[in-house]
Amino acid sequence: MSDIKKIKDDYIDKLNTENNIEKVNNIKSELFGKNGIISNEFKKLGSISVEERKKLASDLNNIKDELQNKISIKIQEIETKEINLKLEKEKIDVTLPERDIQIGKIHPVSQVIDEISSIFSEIGFSVEEGPDVENEYNNFTALNTPDNHPARDMHDTFYLDNNKELLLRTHTSPVQVRTMLKGKPPFKIIAPGRTYRSDSDQTHAPMFHQVEGLHIDKNINMGHLKGCLNYFIKEFFEVDKIKMRFRPSHFPFTEPSAEVDIGYEIKNGKIVIGEGNKWLEILGCGMVHPNVLKNVKVNPSKYQGYAFGIGIDRLGMLKYGINDLRAFFETDYRWLSHFGFDPLDVPSNYRGLSR
Amino acid sequence: MKFTVDWLKNHLETKFNNNQIIDKLTNIGLEVESFENSKSELDTFIVAKIINAKTHPNADRLKLCDVDIGSEKTIEVVCGAPNAKNGLLTVYAPPGSIIPKNQMKLSVSKIRGVTSYGMLCSESELLLSNESDGIIELKNNKYANKIGEKYFKNTSEKVIDLSITPNRPDCLGVRGIARDLSAAGAGTLKISKKSNLKYRGNQSINVTIKKEKVQGCATFGSCLIKGVINKESPKWLKDKIKSLGQKPISAIVDITNYVMFDLNRPLHAYDADKIDNEIIVRSSSKGESFEALDNKKYILENDMCVISDRSGVLGLGGIIGGTRSGTEYSTKNILLESAYFLPRSIRKTSKQLNIDTDAKFRFERGIDPLSIEEGLTKASELIKQICGGEISKLDVKKIENYKKTIINFDPILFEKITGFNVENKELIKILEKLGFDVSKNKKILKLVVPSWRPDITQSIDIVEEIVRIKGYEHINTLEPIKTRLKPTLNYYQKLFHFLQRSIASKGYLETVTWSFTDSKINQLFKENDDEIPIVNPISSDLNVLRNSIFPNLIFYLKKNLDRGFKDISLFEIGPSFKGKNPGDQLTVIGGVRAGKVSRLSWNDKERNVDTFDVKKDVIQSLYEAGINKDDIIIDERTPSYYHPGKSGGVYQNKKEKNAIAYFGEIHPNILKKLDIKTEGLVIFEICLDYIKESKQKIKDLKSEYKFSDFQKSERDFAFIINKNFKSQELVNIIKSVDNKLIRSVRVFDVFEGENIPDGKKSIAVNVTIQSEEKTLNENDLDNINKLIISSVESKSGAKIRS
Repeated sequence: MSDIKKIKDDYIDKLNTENNIEKVNNIKSELFGKNGIISNEFKKLGSISVEERKKLASDLNNIKDELQNKISIKIQEIETKEINLKLEKEKIDVTLPERDIQIGKIHPVSQVIDEISSIFSEIGFSVEEGPDVENEYNNFTALNTPDNHPARDMHDTFYLDNNKELLLRTHTSPVQVRTMLKGKPPFKIIAPGRTYRSDSDQTHAPMFHQVEGLHIDKNINMGHLKGCLNYFIKEFFEVDKIKMRFRPSHFPFTEPSAEVDIGYEIKNGKIVIGEGNKWLEILGCGMVHPNVLKNVKVNPSKYQGYAFGIGIDRLGMLKYGINDLRAFFETDYRWLSHFGFDPLDVPSNYRGLSR
Repeated sequence: MKFTVDWLKNHLETKFNNNQIIDKLTNIGLEVESFENSKSELDTFIVAKIINAKTHPNADRLKLCDVDIGSEKTIEVVCGAPNAKNGLLTVYAPPGSIIPKNQMKLSVSKIRGVTSYGMLCSESELLLSNESDGIIELKNNKYANKIGEKYFKNTSEKVIDLSITPNRPDCLGVRGIARDLSAAGAGTLKISKKSNLKYRGNQSINVTIKKEKVQGCATFGSCLIKGVINKESPKWLKDKIKSLGQKPISAIVDITNYVMFDLNRPLHAYDADKIDNEIIVRSSSKGESFEALDNKKYILENDMCVISDRSGVLGLGGIIGGTRSGTEYSTKNILLESAYFLPRSIRKTSKQLNIDTDAKFRFERGIDPLSIEEGLTKASELIKQICGGEISKLDVKKIENYKKTIINFDPILFEKITGFNVENKELIKILEKLGFDVSKNKKILKLVVPSWRPDITQSIDIVEEIVRIKGYEHINTLEPIKTRLKPTLNYYQKLFHFLQRSIASKGYLETVTWSFTDSKINQLFKENDDEIPIVNPISSDLNVLRNSIFPNLIFYLKKNLDRGFKDISLFEIGPSFKGKNPGDQLTVIGGVRAGKVSRLSWNDKERNVDTFDVKKDVIQSLYEAGINKDDIIIDERTPSYYHPGKSGGVYQNKKEKNAIAYFGEIHPNILKKLDIKTEGLVIFEICLDYIKESKQKIKDLKSEYKFSDFQKSERDFAFIINKNFKSQELVNIIKSVDNKLIRSVRVFDVFEGENIPDGKKSIAVNVTIQSEEKTLNENDLDNINKLIISSVESKSGAKIRS
């Protein structure tokens, strides 16, 4: 027995000074392998008396536990040391640049269209579209603007044929015509899209964007029109109060017609919407003219309602402080990066229209 | 339409001040564009201060002055005045000013080698005194805080400028405006004085309105005024004409213009002695010509309404007169014309000849047909008063009688449309003040529309009249009705928004470019589509509708490359046009990527962008937008503007003619033609219209979630196969061996060259095998392996690499 104790002490000493994992493993098999010292001691137990065996077995088990414990502690110790040593060598400079980030952006016009759609969606409007190329009838005649009407002079029209039959739509109002011709009242739609007029200067582009609105039902009156636009403008500019003025005007396809001004002031060189005593014209609207309803096979003695047209680009310029309309369409990488919106920034009611 | 408040007060008795009048005009739909002093030549002269006067480097007598003119920066002016000194307050005239003394217009000029911007003025130059020795010395106490302000006070009367909508010809005369204001409670319309003019003799020049297929003249009224002395207009008349922004010409012309702006009654004065015998109002024949008062010669088409005599055309009725019969200072006898021309005829003729005049503008919108005599009387009176002469009886020839418009108006309509109520009494009062003749028949109002309101033809027009005069502020603001009739967006509109943001999230900047483009660039992308020219393009390089999304994208890509940007990703979503009829258009996303990936990276190897970059962007976006992975097939068919060997199409079905997307390198010829220099350029397009709406909604697919917990195994295979054999085919063959067990096949190596026979390539694939029912044993796996190898070898002619 004392032999074994001696062996145990020797090995404990050995393990205490050993730092090599392989050598520790060798010690392990020397002791506990098939023909290991401790293993052989256990084998011997069978040939001795029962009484002796009890005592010896208990001692032997204690020695075995002590040694195994020592070995596993030693292995863990060495491994921890090795990992620490390795980690020491593996340090990198995390301030080095990450891999390239490619940031995409949504064009302000698209963003504003989504904002507008979100606002009108909240009050039950659906979105309609129409073609960019229109015929003369849908763009003018059906909208109560016959050939000899001076109002046509206000639309500098791009034509696709010499008979002036095919043209690029000068406003989104022909979508009203298409929508009403293909369906039955009631109608409650907005129609955003590209529009075209052949003039071009600092404040006019040959292509721009409008959104048309149309609500036709049995008892829709000018009070609803005022309420709808008041709601829209407040939501769009994200203000609690808005100063708004309805002014009589004339469009061939609505009667009575109005232009809508909103109050603004210039503060520190920036335009502030909703306050102040200056007026800014932002849209045209009115009650759909009975002649138009007749043209699209809607009975004006049963149905009535309002329509409006808003310049999208201008609205975006006002909200986001963009000065030059032409820049919208010039694809300058710097401009697009600066004024564009993050693609995850989807305007919605619950997340807010803008950040 | 311009006029002064004084002029308005000739017709309106009012206690309103200027601002109240301005507000009222806007509130009743007569939009005030501006209310300003008419411009004066003296407006440009401003108070200035010499900050520093030093000697001119090349001339001892001249001085070089830094002048404070109230702007951010001082101005450098060369000045010869001996009294020019530091701190002197004086008067500065900028370039463009007209010096009163000599009427010379100043320009920026070099004086002895130094540029002088404008000049400092002496009293004599401004006609203030004869003092010409030095520049004006202004008193410090009075002018020190007025630097930059106008030196001369503008004493001209303020002019109101209205923007009159095309439906309101009656407001193209001051009287009409006064009438509207009176209806709106801004005063009382003055009753015109009854004329006590004495007429002598008949109008002796015979007038005939010829019967024509299309006769543009309905009535022709005239009178002859004999023995006039034409001269400069008196000051009051000149001032009126000037306030309109026009130049006075002579009393006769000024009077006819004055009456036109006063009553919206265009007139024309002929020198009666220059008329050959008689006046014939007729339609022109093609090729006739005349010299008009704008000093241009016009060659006429058929059926234009002309006023002529025996010798030929005198003028275009209601549009412009001719020089042959024009009045001059020497004119003794006048024929004065007051007629009614049909708007349609006026519009047609003036469009054809491209003439715009004040008379044309009015006739085209509709003149009061009953104002003929009133116009003749008022103008004759003024002519007699200013130029003397004897006036003949009025001669009115007409081929058509004016028919009154009568509207039976039910006042209920007013509340139905506007949502608020106006008492019948008030409503009638408004209409009467606007000139309607109102009578009551039970609840219905019978309205005779005034002859000066051609725009009013039906009940809705009456509603507008009442609500505009009453004021739009009376309309209630009702809470929006939230009822929804159908979903906000349909499938394709949702797809539009999804793909738009999906592409942007892959690092592309969205742009919006014109729907038109340069035919020269368009040609490179139009394939078999017909070119769609614009008849009247804004410029020659925007002369066709784009047949493809790419011409503008490529054009602007080049612009950005030229700006020095190297790595560019751009996209646009919008129309591309396939034909010139409405609806011949597709909604397309086009994307371009130029430059390198990992440029100047410290840890990755940089490389040019390539086809598989855009392929990933396209496929990932399609997946994200909800297109089923298994529905997509890649094919080599692509438009000719793609690199024939390095591009592909995405099809939803093998037999489908139209790809839902294309991707790849752009054809090198296009780069060369457009002179685009970049390391790499790849493009893609997705055509939204060709994407088929899935029968199953994504939300309905969710219930089919299945998975297997049994062990999966992976096996690698390498095949030697014909070089042109498509990897997609190989993958399909392997998948079809056992659709249930083979979960995925991934190509992980493609290799040609060393150890591979000519015309062949090696493709290595990794196959994942997993059963839903059990753990596969070695035997099962071996069987599948053998099956895979034999299927591939028999179907593709490939050989397994050993």
